[in-house]
Amino acid sequence: MIAALKALFGRGGAPAAAEPADAPARQLALVIDLNVCVGCHACVTSCKEWNTGGAAGPLFDDNPYGANPTGTFFNRVQTYEAGAFPNTETVHFPKSCLHCEDPPCVPVCPTGASYKRKSDGIVLVDYDKCIGCKYCAWACPYGARELDEARQVMTKCTLCVDRIEDATLAADDRKPACVKACPTGARLFGDVKDPDSEVSRAIRERGGYSLMPEWQTRPANQYLPRRVTSVARGTASADVGAEGNLRASVPGAADAGSASGRRR
Amino acid sequence: MNPAFSVVVFTTAAGAGQGLAVALAIALLAAVPMAPSFVRASLLVAIVLLVIGLASSFLHLGRPLRAWRAAAMWRTSWLSREVIVLPAFIALVAIWWLTARESASTLARLALPFAAIVAALLLWYCTAMIYACLRFIEEWAHPLTVVNFVLLGVSSGTILASALAALAGETSALALAAPLALVVTLAAWASRSAAWRRNAALRHRSTLQSATGIASARLAQTSMGMSAGSFNTREFFHRASAAALLRIKGIAIVLGFALPSLLVAGVAVGALPDFACVAAMVVQAPGLIADRWLFFAQAKHPQNLYYQVVS
Repeated sequence: MIAALKALFGRGGAPAAAEPADAPARQLALVIDLNVCVGCHACVTSCKEWNTGGAAGPLFDDNPYGANPTGTFFNRVQTYEAGAFPNTETVHFPKSCLHCEDPPCVPVCPTGASYKRKSDGIVLVDYDKCIGCKYCAWACPYGARELDEARQVMTKCTLCVDRIEDATLAADDRKPACVKACPTGARLFGDVKDPDSEVSRAIRERGGYSLMPEWQTRPANQYLPRRVTSVARGTASADVGAEGNLRASVPGAADAGSASGRRR
Repeated sequence: MNPAFSVVVFTTAAGAGQGLAVALAIALLAAVPMAPSFVRASLLVAIVLLVIGLASSFLHLGRPLRAWRAAAMWRTSWLSREVIVLPAFIALVAIWWLTARESASTLARLALPFAAIVAALLLWYCTAMIYACLRFIEEWAHPLTVVNFVLLGVSSGTILASALAALAGETSALALAAPLALVVTLAAWASRSAAWRRNAALRHRSTLQSATGIASARLAQTSMGMSAGSFNTREFFHRASAAALLRIKGIAIVLGFALPSLLVAGVAVGALPDFACVAAMVVQAPGLIADRWLFFAQAKHPQNLYYQVVS
């Protein structure tokens, strides 16, 4: 009985990872460079600012000036610590909807409010059709969707659809708000299906990778790994100055490309 | 996951309603002599339970007035399929209830119960697949989820049927329902235990390393990016302690399976008065609520990897 049921699972449960016939020709996405993200949260606040006043908003804010503020955000910057002391690394990790090429959140939506746009592969929610059942959020392994507590509809990153297509903006401004706000240029935006785009080149040349590849969601957003610049060892007595800090001398810094190694 | 009481009540109540309809259908198809008034009264109880379930499911929606839209995506969504099959099943049981009289034709007397069994199985399958199709919630993505939804529903339905039969003095119906309830409740206990054992031994495929792509063996979050929580921390964490989970599991085992099995077994062998079936029903209801709560609480969503540390 179990085996028979398992066979039945093949269809509904796990769609095959093969390219569907109606896959969009273009796939807009973000490429996030963990090597230069400094964790300033400018992308978080600019995202909130733009989207609360844009087509996706207003975004809920509860108790914003109180002790326990909470609300709807499409983008978060998290921080992780890798390695053991003293060889630890702090990694700032921006996280938003990955606009998967095989998004598990879309087929489960009972109303069709969640959809992947044919023209450019952006995963969107039609707020007028959403019934707030939260099933799409359960079906996203990344926790990319947040129910707006005030409007009681599911919300998520739109890649700023109301910015990137706005012909009244200067061409250079037709980018998601987070990309425009990033002071270190850690966020790249473009078509990952165009092999000559900036994002495709970055993925190719710098080892772009997907989050949770084990679920075959094929995220469109990719991350560029930290590049380890080798730290001089065995010269601690010379390098620890009066301030007592471990000073990292970076040999060959001018040639960081060749000294780098992928952190995965 | 953080169990939503609306969904816990919905799936438990509707499951019992389905199980009761199935128990009555089996009795009718097995030609057990029953007064039509007893069949109609029992079907009314089933309808009430199903409507309670349907009403409770609305409480889970952020925008209940738009619920009609949920039938649209039946080609891809198990939730949409459930939204179609549940009212269809209620309508079927209602027609059966209206026509369950002495004057009913043989066709109606046999076809409607048979159709109710098929529709109840279909509804359990849709409900269970809502959870079992989410491949990365590994506690749910297993055929045992489907088996358990069916067995728990039939267990509660047959115990409810034997309680109603005991109250109405329908000795023939009770003679079928009580042993059936015992067998199904023991089977449900066994398959639920199998799911608990599987969950306890589960090694999740997603890790903090695969979630972030940072390969370091020692990797810890130092900040989830906000100080006071979000939808992600409210929806996916139940915040009950391990001791509380263990207590709730104990309640599920004792009230949901062990005591009801003992009581209906006592009735089946004649050691206890028929009225013990009513006690079995009263005892089992909170046990099954606890078990369904545990079903949600035990599911560890991979997004939780991203929400471990506040500061």
